[in-house]
Amino acid sequence: MAATSPGPSTDLDRQLQDLEGEIERLRRLSRDQAIDLGGEIATIEARAEDVRKKIYTNPTPWHIVQLARHPQRPRLVDFVASLFTDVVELHGDRLFRDDPAMLTALARFEGRPVVVVGHNKGKDTKENIARNFGMPYPEGYRKALRVMRLAEKFHYPVIAFVDTPGAFPGDEAEERGQAEAIARNIEEMSRLRTPVMVVITGEGGSGGALAIAVGDLTLMLQYAIYTVISPEGCAAILWRDATKAAEAAAALRLTAKDLQALEIVDEILPEPFGGAHRDPEAAITAVRSALQRHLPGMGQMPVEALLEQRYAKYRHIGRIVA
Amino acid sequence: MLNWLRRPKYSSLQRRDMPAGLWAKCPRCSNLIYRKELERNLKVCPKCGFHHRLTATERLEITLDQDSFEEADAELTSADPLKFEGYPQKLQEAKEKTGGAEAVITGEGTIDGHRTVVGVLDFHFMGGSMGSAVGEKVARAAEQARDRQLPLVMFSASGGARMQEGALSLMQLAKTSAAVGRLHDAGLPYISIMCDPTTGGVTASFAFLGDVILAEPGALIGFAGRRVIEQTIRRKLPDDFQTAEFCLNKGLIDLVVTRSDMRSTVARLLSFFGAPRVEPVAVAVEPATLEPADARAGGGSSAAEQ
Repeated sequence: MAATSPGPSTDLDRQLQDLEGEIERLRRLSRDQAIDLGGEIATIEARAEDVRKKIYTNPTPWHIVQLARHPQRPRLVDFVASLFTDVVELHGDRLFRDDPAMLTALARFEGRPVVVVGHNKGKDTKENIARNFGMPYPEGYRKALRVMRLAEKFHYPVIAFVDTPGAFPGDEAEERGQAEAIARNIEEMSRLRTPVMVVITGEGGSGGALAIAVGDLTLMLQYAIYTVISPEGCAAILWRDATKAAEAAAALRLTAKDLQALEIVDEILPEPFGGAHRDPEAAITAVRSALQRHLPGMGQMPVEALLEQRYAKYRHIGRIVA
Repeated sequence: MLNWLRRPKYSSLQRRDMPAGLWAKCPRCSNLIYRKELERNLKVCPKCGFHHRLTATERLEITLDQDSFEEADAELTSADPLKFEGYPQKLQEAKEKTGGAEAVITGEGTIDGHRTVVGVLDFHFMGGSMGSAVGEKVARAAEQARDRQLPLVMFSASGGARMQEGALSLMQLAKTSAAVGRLHDAGLPYISIMCDPTTGGVTASFAFLGDVILAEPGALIGFAGRRVIEQTIRRKLPDDFQTAEFCLNKGLIDLVVTRSDMRSTVARLLSFFGAPRVEPVAVAVEPATLEPADARAGGGSSAAEQ
């Protein structure tokens, strides 16, 4: 595949890197020496923007990975603040503690009561440390399950926002049953007696993502990713070389377009040119319009039919030779 | 003092220099064991109790009543939907090495007379990894149990999801867990047995969803790999971390059962949960011993690769 060869896109990346380095150098110079280099900086900035345009017109899978992980990409709190009203955050799994890497809330979408669960990445280092970079412990998944059960009790739809590098790989997470917590959520979500809508907004990191992503409809932002293993991890295992992550990103078929072709994702939500971080409100609007289109219909389906349809959806994913 | 707890290094397990002839070297205690004695002892080291890995075929042999097994979907295998570099060759090698078509064998048989659906993952087939075909076969096994009102017994040994099938492999966690969920809804028993090693996506799906979860002594059981965890927490983990005994102590599994007691333990559980006993069996409750390795093609004494 063309996508696996570094080729021209790598050249563009290097050009961009050089230009950004030059801008940074001139800024520092202008600040330290108190001279006005605004004109020069603007010229180079314009050239950098041209290169960015070239990159984002046809981003490689590895570029898409960078976009999905972009530090300025809209976070769960941005989506929640913009899409919902009457938000009441709920805390704790009632068993061990409250996991800030997972956010759960009661909310209204255009007046309709819904239950929101999602990975809670931070916007800066301080927030990310507090929220463990959106990597939940078992208690995070158990909190999500508790709140989804609440949705089931009142037959409110669940809206799950996925954005995590993965479940936290730590000793305490293992001791408290990370695998069990994920397995339990997957099983329970597969038969949760209320509609479940999944929106993959950033990184869909393996089992840690799937643990809140089994539902009736899976939506995915254009430059989000969803993968069984990180490209770095894949490259390290397969080629014993984590620097081959770009190749692995292509091989893993982790983009929204790939996943739609594999029937894992039902609908791709468009992002602004260059990625959601360039115009967060546009990305949020795309999610809003999808919720408007799908939520009313999902609520009307009889539960048994809904569960049959959900079972069949996952039952059919895969490619086998008999 | 903790020497008996120390897990064998993968490197020592992967060594191919086990004497091919009459003697086998135990990877834990390094003693040379007369191979026939090892086979007679269900591939458990008579010196130190180390449970050597079994192939799926060997596991079925020592678990099910003689001639009771009817395999399902023996030919079913994964496609190469991602056109993933080197995957067709790896699949082919695994098929030749194990003589099977995939990393799990499923079917129906009896355990001490109790009719049950059974599945056994084979770590020797691409590390027991779960791709589309493994997910499909496990889901079918759960559905078959439900249709025929039978229990499900699953022996797991797997490195997790098969990355060569990308997100399709990840979705098998959902497929298998959903099928197991329906089995639970139908009120049928599901016994999950974790063998060395059971990690990643298989633990995060059907393996941890059993009504009762058993494990073999010393089996490695966990979600994330030791190296990844050590890099994350920047600390060395204790030697017994993620062993079956560690998991028992942390409340994650029900019982650690030695190989020689496994068959009778599963039979007792099936009996307790009211699994129908088809016929009074003349076969002794004692598990069958493994045939000498030289009687079979391939054999299972060399460790898995992946």
